[in-house]
Amino acid sequence: MRIGRLPAKKARILAVRYLGAGIVILLFLFPVYWLFMISFKTPDEIYHVPPLWIPEQIQFSNYYVLFKDGDVLAILNSLIVAGVSSGIAIVLGTLCAYSLARYGTGGENLAMWIISQRMIPPIAVVFPIFLIYVHFGLVDGYFGLILLYTAFNLPYVIWMMRGYIVDVPLELEESALVDGLNRWEVIWKVVFPMVRPGLMATSVFTFVFAWNDFLFALVLTRTEVITFPVMLTHYFGGQSNFWAKIAAMSVLGTLPIFVAVSVMQRYLVRGISLGAVKG
Amino acid sequence: MADVKLSGVHKYYGNVHAVRGVDLSIADGEFAVLVGPSGCGKSTLLRTIAGLEDPDDGTITIGGAVVNDLRPRERNIAMVFQNYALYPYLTVNENIAFGLRARKTPEIEIRKRVGEAAEMLGIGNLLQRYPRQLSGGQRQRVAIGRAIVRKADLFLFDEPLSNLDAQLRDEMRSEIKRLHHEITTTMIYVTHDQVEAMTLADRIVLLRDGKIEQQGAPLELFEQPRTGFVAGFLGSPSINLIPATLKTSGTAAEAVFKSGGSLTLPPAKAALLSGAEERQVLVGIRPQHFSRAGGGGPLREGVVSYSATADLIQPTGTRTFTTIKIGGVDAVAELQAHDVTNHGERIELAIDLNRVVLIDPASGLVIA
Repeated sequence: MRIGRLPAKKARILAVRYLGAGIVILLFLFPVYWLFMISFKTPDEIYHVPPLWIPEQIQFSNYYVLFKDGDVLAILNSLIVAGVSSGIAIVLGTLCAYSLARYGTGGENLAMWIISQRMIPPIAVVFPIFLIYVHFGLVDGYFGLILLYTAFNLPYVIWMMRGYIVDVPLELEESALVDGLNRWEVIWKVVFPMVRPGLMATSVFTFVFAWNDFLFALVLTRTEVITFPVMLTHYFGGQSNFWAKIAAMSVLGTLPIFVAVSVMQRYLVRGISLGAVKG
Repeated sequence: MADVKLSGVHKYYGNVHAVRGVDLSIADGEFAVLVGPSGCGKSTLLRTIAGLEDPDDGTITIGGAVVNDLRPRERNIAMVFQNYALYPYLTVNENIAFGLRARKTPEIEIRKRVGEAAEMLGIGNLLQRYPRQLSGGQRQRVAIGRAIVRKADLFLFDEPLSNLDAQLRDEMRSEIKRLHHEITTTMIYVTHDQVEAMTLADRIVLLRDGKIEQQGAPLELFEQPRTGFVAGFLGSPSINLIPATLKTSGTAAEAVFKSGGSLTLPPAKAALLSGAEERQVLVGIRPQHFSRAGGGGPLREGVVSYSATADLIQPTGTRTFTTIKIGGVDAVAELQAHDVTNHGERIELAIDLNRVVLIDPASGLVIA
């Protein structure tokens, strides 16, 4: 479509639309841009008045410090904790969801009861959990956090996957049963491929939940297994804030989510709309 | 290849008694069609044979072995579903090969059998496509292909043509019949469509409320129904049922309508009636047993003339259905295409009463 060919009125409407879209994009992208820019600036540039829109030169010393001091281990910790807990929650949750969807396990209300567990405000349970963890020596370790995030993500996974599985035509499974598969093979070879978009979308959300959690990580970690959001708080001080470190760490912490969402984007859109719209 | 025997099979869904003591024996190589109105238990019965449902009572035997406790995959059956049940993420080739791969068939053998099946069904050029790229008829061919490559002992079809349009349904129906001639495996086919049942079956098993109402060869059921339900279910348009009082005296019998008028039954029919001199009946006359009376010559024995006014006229091209009044109720007569053309036209009809069916309205049983 060439704008030159459009009648003047339509061209004006189109121009206004693009302008509106441009403003919205700017509004949303500016904080991200600013975050990236700060991470490349020297301290002088960061505090410069008026603000510098583009640093003199791109330099990586802020990142270098994070690597040198071992602060990036927090990213690794987050990756391990979020990755493993999401993996377990997805596998267990999908199996539970299958049981609910196909065998009617727990009757009509169990699914609702399970998802209601997810609605409890985390702050209401974090201190009792802390006391229990202290008792069992689970504080400040991978296992404790993985256990907790798995437990918190399970209701969500079960709820979402149940919806996706219910939508898989039962005849596909029955046909496979007649054709020679057992129930586990049916789940693996028929149900999984059918719900793959939903599975991917759910995986991303569980990962993001664990990745972004601050409250539990703050209360349940001390010095050994510090996750990335908790590490960030260490840079806020009573006297001064280490803006360079905050920015660099934030960029590192944003990248995995950025990568995950980009890779999964195709599935995310389909997964989120799956179930809502019948194909 | 295998015969199938069901004895005393019951199936409950909660309080619903879906299958009520079915005894059925299907011979090796036979094409049996389970037919009946929706909710009669035909699909449930088929799924019970497949092992997708467990019977609550009774035994199921396939090829001489009791299969009650066997899982579906252990019964060596193949099944075609109403909505095709193709895996959307697999190509046609992979779909057809699915059951063979599940059974760890060697790849060379798989390729050979898929090729044969594809050729038999005329879908050789579609093997690399995905189900979403196929038309309804092609999808159903793939589903049938997936069943035949298995070389199973028994084929089960659960309303396989219901999702197809009328023309395609006729075409696929012939193909399924041809397929049965070629591979001669025992087939059990479920449908609610009496035309499918009549055209495909070696034997029709007509179910009603979870029980077998009658079974036999298609024409046997059509011509010698045991109940009014069977008479009404088979045949299109369905049989006309006209309430009347049956008066017998000696070897003569006459059906007298409340609204006046009567039909004299042929001696052969009258001979079958005994006992009560006067009883209420439903007189069943198939639309095909009407014809336009012509010439004025003597009528064959058992054929009576009847004068009526044509009400609705529905030409189908080959035949014309017209609605007339007999005994105060609407009845459909199937005539030649040009026998009747105008609404309200007065027509002289001949009714062949040799094949009339008399039904006891209380029990629903055919009495003659």
